[in-house]
Amino acid sequence: MEYLKITGAVITLIGAIFILFASIGILRMPDVYNRIQAGTKASTLGSILGLFGIGLIHPDWMLKLLLLIMFVLISNPVSSHVLGRAAHYIKVPLSDLTLLDKLEEDTGSETAEKEGDK
Amino acid sequence: MVNLILTIALLLIGLSFILVVIRFIIGETVIDRVVALDLLTVSSIGLIVMLAHFFGRAIYIDVSLVYGILSFIGVIVIAKYLEKSL
Amino acid sequence: MKIKGIAVIFILLLSTWLVLNHSLQLPIILIGVGLAAFLSLIMCDKCSVFNEIKFTPKAFLYTFLYIGVFIFELFKSNIDIARRVLSPKLPINPGIVKAETILQSQMGRLILANSITLTPGTFTIDIIGNTLYIHCVNIEGDDMEQYAQNIVRKFEKYLEVLYG
Repeated sequence: MEYLKITGAVITLIGAIFILFASIGILRMPDVYNRIQAGTKASTLGSILGLFGIGLIHPDWMLKLLLLIMFVLISNPVSSHVLGRAAHYIKVPLSDLTLLDKLEEDTGSETAEKEGDK
Repeated sequence: MVNLILTIALLLIGLSFILVVIRFIIGETVIDRVVALDLLTVSSIGLIVMLAHFFGRAIYIDVSLVYGILSFIGVIVIAKYLEKSL
Repeated sequence: MKIKGIAVIFILLLSTWLVLNHSLQLPIILIGVGLAAFLSLIMCDKCSVFNEIKFTPKAFLYTFLYIGVFIFELFKSNIDIARRVLSPKLPINPGIVKAETILQSQMGRLILANSITLTPGTFTIDIIGNTLYIHCVNIEGDDMEQYAQNIVRKFEKYLEVLYG
C-alpha cells in the first residue's frame, strides 16, 4: 500500500516538472503561436499527471479526479485553438523564424476580393 | 516520504507561477497575457488538488472543477471579444 | 434519429451527477434521473453532434485503440516540447501549413482538431471547408503538404470508423 502512495507522489512530482517546463517555454518562445504550443501542451500533461498521482494516493477520490482529467483534456485544446484563431484574426505578427503562412495566403486573398466587391 | 515529495512538487509549481507572472507582466500582446492566465489556471487546478491532499478534504476538488470551468468560459469570451463576434 | 442523441446526453449527465455526488442513495438517483431527463429533452434540438456516434463492436474496439495511440502521442509531444524549450539554442522552424480532411461529421472533426493540438509540435488554428490550417513548431523536409497530410492521416484512420 505504501508503494502505491509513493508511486502516486512521484507521478505528481513529474507533473509539477512538466508544468515548470511549460512556464519556461512560455518565457522563452519568440512569438504568440509558439507560446501557445509550449504553454498548453506541457501544462495539459502536467496537470493530468498531477491529478492522477493524487488519485493513486487517495483511491476513493479517483472517480472525481477522472472527471476533472476529462474536463482538462477537453477544455485545454479548445481554449488554445480559440486563442490561436483570435491571434491570427487580429493579425499578431509571426516571428522572423517563420518559414511560411498558408492561412494568410488563403484568407488574405479572400478578404481582398470582398473589399473589391464593395 | 509522500508529504516530502509533494512539498517539492508544490515548490516547483510555485516557481513556475513566478515565471508565468513575469510573462504576464511583460507580455507584448493581449493574447500573450491571456495564454499566461490560462496556464496559471491550469496549474492552479493541480495546486488546489494537492492542497486537498494536505488538508485531507475532498471538497477542494469541487472547488478546482468550478475554477477550471469559470476560467475556460473566461478565455472563450475574451477570444470572442477580440474576434469582434460577441 | 434524435433518440440516440438524447440518450447519449442523458447517460453523460446522469453519470456526471452521480460521480459528483459520490453516493448511490435512492433520492439522489431520482433527482439525478429527473434533472438529466429534463436537461437532455431541452437540449435535444441542438444535440445533432451526438447522433453520428456508431455503436458497433468494431467502433468499440477502435475507441480503445484510439485512446492508446492518443496517450502515446501526448507523451511524445510533451517530451518533444520539453527538449526544445530546454536546449539553449531554441531549435524551432515554425510555419502554418494546410491539410485536407475526409471526415464529414462535426464530432469527428472536433476530436480530430483536438487530437492534432495535443500531438508533437502542431496545433490547429482554423478549419475552412475541408481544409485544416495547422501551425507546426518544426517543419521537417521540403514536402510540407505531405508532412501535414501524414499528421492528419494518423488519426483519421481511427475516427473514420468511429464517426464516419
